[in-house]
Amino acid sequence: MPDQVLFAMEAAINGLMAGVLYALVALGFVLIFKSSGIFNYAQGVFALFAALTLVGIMEGQVPFQHLINAIFGTELHGFGWETPAILAVVLTVGVMVVLAIAVERLILRHLVNQPDIILFMATIGLAYFMEGFGDLMWGADIKKLDVGLPQGGSFWIEENTAWLGGDGFYGFFIDRLDIVATIAAAILVIGLTAFSQFTKQGRALRAVADDHQAALSVGISLRFIWVLVWSIAGIVALVAGIMWGSKSGVQFSLSLIALKALPVLMLGGFTSIPGAIVGGLIIGMGEKLFEFLIGAPFLGGATENWFAYVLALLFLVFRPQGLFGDKIIERV
Amino acid sequence: MDKEEGMAVKDSAESYVTDDGRTIGGVLMDIRSITLRFGGVTAINDISFDIREGEIRAIIGPNGAGKSSMLNVISGFYVPQEGEVWFRGALRPPMKPYQVARQGIARTFQNIALFEGMSVLDNVMTGRLNHMNSSMWSQALWLGRAEAEEHENRERVERVIDFLEIQHIRKTPVGRLPYGLKKRVELARALSAEPELLLLDEPMAGMNVEEKEDMSRFILEVNDEFGTTIALIEHDMGVVMDLSDRVVVMDYGRKIGDGTPHDVRNNQEVIDAYLGVSHD
Ligand SMILES: Nc1ncnc2c1ncn2[C@@H]1O[C@H](COP(=O)(O)OP(=O)(O)OP(=O)(O)O)[C@@H](O)[C@H]1O
Ligand SMILES: [Mg+2]
Repeated sequence: MPDQVLFAMEAAINGLMAGVLYALVALGFVLIFKSSGIFNYAQGVFALFAALTLVGIMEGQVPFQHLINAIFGTELHGFGWETPAILAVVLTVGVMVVLAIAVERLILRHLVNQPDIILFMATIGLAYFMEGFGDLMWGADIKKLDVGLPQGGSFWIEENTAWLGGDGFYGFFIDRLDIVATIAAAILVIGLTAFSQFTKQGRALRAVADDHQAALSVGISLRFIWVLVWSIAGIVALVAGIMWGSKSGVQFSLSLIALKALPVLMLGGFTSIPGAIVGGLIIGMGEKLFEFLIGAPFLGGATENWFAYVLALLFLVFRPQGLFGDKIIERV
Repeated sequence: MDKEEGMAVKDSAESYVTDDGRTIGGVLMDIRSITLRFGGVTAINDISFDIREGEIRAIIGPNGAGKSSMLNVISGFYVPQEGEVWFRGALRPPMKPYQVARQGIARTFQNIALFEGMSVLDNVMTGRLNHMNSSMWSQALWLGRAEAEEHENRERVERVIDFLEIQHIRKTPVGRLPYGLKKRVELARALSAEPELLLLDEPMAGMNVEEKEDMSRFILEVNDEFGTTIALIEHDMGVVMDLSDRVVVMDYGRKIGDGTPHDVRNNQEVIDAYLGVSHD
């Protein structure tokens, strides 16, 4: 095979792996949108907050230490212990559940039956609040996240694919972290599917996503389902936060992965879980391939920032309901 | 032929046996002085009536009389400004619809509220959510107790499906069904909860004669075989006369009649309310 084709293939594979992350963030959006009709603008910030919390717990940071030091004149820096990664992940999941309960108690409960735009605005407010709250709780500096996931290119894949090409081709370069992320995402999706198909709570969740009134009439508590669904979205955000944070450090820019999820949602539809996954993969692969084949050689590069949106917009024109979304039929 | 023709219903709390041999017990639900307003509109104006164990109680009245609002108050979807709801002899505190459902009160809707994206079987299964008790983990991991529970629930659901003769569409997504069948699936979902009190908002609206006959038969059989108490709203007077033990008549939010179908039909105020009012 000509090397050029192999490099394109490598770009496509790496794109797929990046797409897994986009899919994860999009999944968080879809879960909440499906069950409560809310577009949760804060989903990206949730990923940042989850990653910050994870790092904070692992490093034994005292939460709100700057605040405490400023008020009481203390010199707190940390508890002086380090929490094992697994335990820290479990504790962070707990924090995300508490966050979900707080969101339901303090926001959702008071805004039921308000127009969608009000709820959307509320999540914008929530996003900026969470951003500041995360800084206040764990500090604003850039943090390194290392939960012990393998990093760097896989030599095994490189060695075993080198023969495909000529002298200029050294084998596919695939980051092991991306492979781990893909496996984690797959496990998460399988787990979520099993949960929604085979448990009472999952069945209730599907019911609420389908029709609120009918769900109430069979005895489902909407509040409970909201807490459940925001908790799950929080856990999905944590997984995305771990993967992204391990790669590029935990900092404000992490919350911007939400922006990558938007075109994925436009492509996959706001209510489809398979749509979020396939959409993420298409966007991830599409933007890497476009950059490799057209962007870098002809357009001066850096097309990854906007290509996803162009792709999504084009798609919107021809199929506004998204890949798997329900067909939109105007009722008259 | 009318049920109960000429027979007076005793006012006492004692049970009695109907002409067709069913036992009607004491008061199951007592509605006391309910008033419900929407802004300037008084949808329900100081209405009281009771529903006895084992009876089929009809609520009739012209369009906009407040019948659905009454059912919504009973099922917790609307919160009345005034009045009390007594259930099983106890004053019911303000409750959310899901809490009412968990008390053993199931309902259907005038405009059908089904889970359109799910199969008929899944829809009917949701009626059993409150009969599932094993923990999330044992369900997810399909452990012994959860498995037994699932089988038990599945069996009961299949019985309801057989009973309502919808076996042939078990796996069909509800969204694809014709109107008449949707109404039947909605009834199946309500029945699978094994309610003590079943509320039906116009279960036969928009059906053809044959479908109406089927639905009437199902309602009678549910009441007869399971002893389920039923409150239903219906416009078709023939159906009401055939099915119900007692009838409440509403007009402009007020109660203008209450008694056996025979009494109600001969009540002048009721006749006036219906004069010139078209009802399908
Ligand atoms: N959610 C609501 N908000 C405002 N007004 C309402 C609401 N629900 C009912 N109403 C009003 O209350 C009155 C009674 O309505 P209701 O639906 O109970 O009548 P109905 O007897 O069921 O009529 P129909 O036979 O047409 O179903 C009507 O004037 C209606 O407009
Ligand atoms: Mg009505």
